Amino acid sequence: MSDKRLTDAHIVHDSVFVDASALQIPTLRILQEDGTPYSDAVLPVLDKTLALKIYDTFLFIRALDERMLASQRQGRISFYMTETGEEAADIGSTAALQDDDMIMAQYREQGALAFRGFTPDQFMNQIFSNEQDLGKGRQMPIHYGSRQLHYMTVSSPLGTQLPQATGYAFALKAQQKPNCVICYFGEGAASEGDFHAALNMAGVFKVPVIFFCRNNGYAISTPAHEQYAGDGIAPRGIGYGLKTLRVDGNDVLAVLKATQEARKLAVEQHQPVLIEAMTYRLGAHSSSDDPSGYRNKSEEDTWRAKCPVMRFKKWLIHQDWWTEADDEQRKQQHRDQIMTAMKKAEKVPAPPLRDLFTDVYDQLPWHLQEQQQALIEHIRKYPQAYSKTAGRVDHE
Amino acid sequence: MSKMNLLQAINNALDIAMSTDPSALCFGEDVGHFGGVFRATSHLQEKFGKARCFNTPLTEQGILGFANGIAAQGMTAIAEIQFADYIFPAFDQIVNESAKFRYRSGNQFDVGGLTIRTPYGGGINGAHYHSQSPEAYFTHTPGLKIVVPRNPEQAKGLLLASIRDPNPVIFFEPKKLYRAAVGEVPDEDYQLPLGQAEVVREGSDITLVAWGAQMEAIEQAAQLAEKDGISCELIDLRSLLPWDRDTLAHSVRKTGRLIINHEAPKTSGFGAEIAASIQEACFLHLESPILRVTGLDTPFPLALEKEYMPDHLKTYEAILASMNY
Repeated sequence: MSDKRLTDAHIVHDSVFVDASALQIPTLRILQEDGTPYSDAVLPVLDKTLALKIYDTFLFIRALDERMLASQRQGRISFYMTETGEEAADIGSTAALQDDDMIMAQYREQGALAFRGFTPDQFMNQIFSNEQDLGKGRQMPIHYGSRQLHYMTVSSPLGTQLPQATGYAFALKAQQKPNCVICYFGEGAASEGDFHAALNMAGVFKVPVIFFCRNNGYAISTPAHEQYAGDGIAPRGIGYGLKTLRVDGNDVLAVLKATQEARKLAVEQHQPVLIEAMTYRLGAHSSSDDPSGYRNKSEEDTWRAKCPVMRFKKWLIHQDWWTEADDEQRKQQHRDQIMTAMKKAEKVPAPPLRDLFTDVYDQLPWHLQEQQQALIEHIRKYPQAYSKTAGRVDHE
Repeated sequence: MSKMNLLQAINNALDIAMSTDPSALCFGEDVGHFGGVFRATSHLQEKFGKARCFNTPLTEQGILGFANGIAAQGMTAIAEIQFADYIFPAFDQIVNESAKFRYRSGNQFDVGGLTIRTPYGGGINGAHYHSQSPEAYFTHTPGLKIVVPRNPEQAKGLLLASIRDPNPVIFFEPKKLYRAAVGEVPDEDYQLPLGQAEVVREGSDITLVAWGAQMEAIEQAAQLAEKDGISCELIDLRSLLPWDRDTLAHSVRKTGRLIINHEAPKTSGFGAEIAASIQEACFLHLESPILRVTGLDTPFPLALEKEYMPDHLKTYEAILASMNY
């Protein structure tokens, strides 16, 4: 028998249309707003070291986002994107993984990368597109990537990483690696065709992948209610045969717990998982955006009060693992470190001219060699017009 | 006449198109209340209501499939793809569907009411994914019309003509000029012809052809060349498909020389089509090889965008090379 459809499973004798009410998806929350856990909550596996590492990453990202947005306003960098308000979602989920599990991010997950150990210098080199940027100054700020840290280089087109995550996970399984892939995206990207292809294929091939949706309420200006008509993204996972869980994305303990369990399913049972984290994009979509044109301040204030950093801090203080004095001191250290790294990166020159041509292919074909040579000669002739490369063009 | 930038001219054209055609709908990502990320659709929802100007979910293939359906039903679909770099999920709907709707059905069905607006090109520090000029992927597709305006006055007339043309049109907007290009634009409803190039400046020694934002580069190059006593004829192609071979060939028969400038990479760029066709049409009139000044055959870079661009200096050098051949 190859027809395994369950065509006779549940027969009725009058029309019954099924709607969202048939599917009440719960939301996992462990920490209350005051930072104490619900009495019946099952906590994640978490010691003091991990808890403080997560929190320290929160503080670093807040400091980074604040400083870089200010630098963009000052004209020092061309573009920036903050993840303010969503830190628990990406940092809490990455904290549940092994360091060699693959991260395939969208673009608002710098916290996950910082958690893995991307240094302030590495952030700055990318943001300033200088010659020490691992991506060789080719992509806009925030398009990070690190092979060493198992963080796939970010690509701007939305949703493209989703079916790639399924494929990457398929390859991990085929090679019997004890790892999974986590794939981040927003509720907007979940409207792309790639999302549906990715989940369907993951379900069919049973691969170790965790699809992690940051449902932050907005895709640029488009509110979630103009993005989808169903009950969020979670029901789609069920439709494609994935284990699915919805979590309070501003509760880092809940996110950590959900992702720890998801990782077990993915790695031990090759069961793909969809996690939908309910959160809110407190900042603008990017430095090119102004949310005052499409949402009101009071809505933002409501969510500002649900700050994931604050909630976790309260819990840490309850645990006697952290104090307000520690907090102030550490924030200042991060600010200083970021400022130092920024000033350093600003002075590093742009990538050399050859980096315009390398990596299009593994080797330079004849036509690119020709174009490179012609460009070098042209720049020699008009050095004043190409100030970034003219000074070094003779050493190419 | 009113002074407008390119965005305002586009907004004005959309306003007129929707006012004169009650079946015209304007939609895409963020185009509704917000008025689009560049604000090209500002106030259209306010004026025409949510039923006629609205946000879509974030799915380019969905937007174009949806637009094909609207146009097939007989309404006028004006779809925005937020950046031309993001048009590729819709490639199937455009290339296999929009372009072939009429032909495959023996003219029983068509999507002639479809216009796709999309910003293209560099100049905004946008790197790979906010800078590309993908026109040549589409000029290779019979059934589509491809239009690119160079300034506000042209944008308004060409966009109105595109919306009203009974064929699917991709209207590429040079985003670098959205706010930078300002000019006098007639207030009335007018159309500029599709498929016709414009001789922007007459000259006798060499013909320079470009479209969209690169018109600026060839104009500056022509000024440099003029100081050397070289008289350049400048042509704005305006439509890339179908394109106006006759106007260009007429010019090249006169000058004997041709430089093509485009921002997209050289290999298989639209310049290759122009060079081949003009060589066929003007072989015995040519005094030197037709030259292309284009983007490099690399992805669009960030830090070294200036080096990548086919700027006025590279164009000027090509003019000298052609003159001294």
